[in-house]
Amino acid sequence: MWAFFHKLGSPKWFYDISGKILLWLVPVASILLIVGSVWGLFYAPPDFKQGNSYRIIYIHVPVAVLSLSGYYIMAIAGAIHLIWRMKLADVAMRCAARLGAGLTFLALFTGAVWGKPTWGTYWVWDARITSELVLLFLYMGIIALYEAYDNKVAASRACAVLALVGTVNIPIIYKSVDWWYSLHQPATIKLTQKSTIDPSMFYPLLIMIVGFYCFYAVTLMLHMRTEVLSSERKTRWVQDIIEKGV
Amino acid sequence: MYFTSFTEAWHMAGHGPYVWVSYAATLLVIVALVWWPLQKRRQLIEQQRRIQRINSASQNSSPSSDRED
Repeated sequence: MWAFFHKLGSPKWFYDISGKILLWLVPVASILLIVGSVWGLFYAPPDFKQGNSYRIIYIHVPVAVLSLSGYYIMAIAGAIHLIWRMKLADVAMRCAARLGAGLTFLALFTGAVWGKPTWGTYWVWDARITSELVLLFLYMGIIALYEAYDNKVAASRACAVLALVGTVNIPIIYKSVDWWYSLHQPATIKLTQKSTIDPSMFYPLLIMIVGFYCFYAVTLMLHMRTEVLSSERKTRWVQDIIEKGV
Repeated sequence: MYFTSFTEAWHMAGHGPYVWVSYAATLLVIVALVWWPLQKRRQLIEQQRRIQRINSASQNSSPSSDRED
């Protein structure tokens, strides 16, 4: 168990295994996202209340879901770094912060654009939207906090603590549509009950959610691989890679 | 296919601009998130190659050739 854990923390091992995973995960993610988009945009029927604007759901829901679960990935990586001082977990945390900022921005942006034809406004300060905006600031805060320190060891620890404290926001975002009277509609897909969405609209959404999770894994690995190469650039195995020019 | 023509799919009964702006923004963020690490990686490899060249050049040149004049 501990041998495996140590292997998991080895940058070279990560670089090798992620290279192999990417070979098949990149095509899988691309195909899922293309099939899901084309299905959602052109083949799914329009919503009887919202018309065609609802087609934004096929990106809004996946990126919003990922902006939340991506935060857990970041916070768990931060905790692992704090407890076991695993360098690779620190790299994962910082890369997850960048991805999270991008995806949270997209969730807010697509939500605003969807809000105009549906609610008649781009923005309201309701619980769901405001707490999601706080999430964007948390992600950006972690990126900025890391850059603010000259001592990168201290920077990583401070970021991990901020990431862990910020976790309190995630259940608030998730439950906000049930706890407060909100303009935002409640969850459409439920794990425990029947979903309130027709299968003809649900299948492309499911494909997009899985596709975006694959995309997240792909980009997280791409960012981490570059960071690992940079921090290990003095080592023999990285110098070999650079010589070969892979 | 739900739409009967390309223009109909483009306009989406008035909702076209909202839908297409959302998808365009998503594409932009996806491209940026993939392009960024690849670009940084290319820069790093180029920089390290230069260092390797400088190191091997300084190792190959013999001390006698430095005293030419």
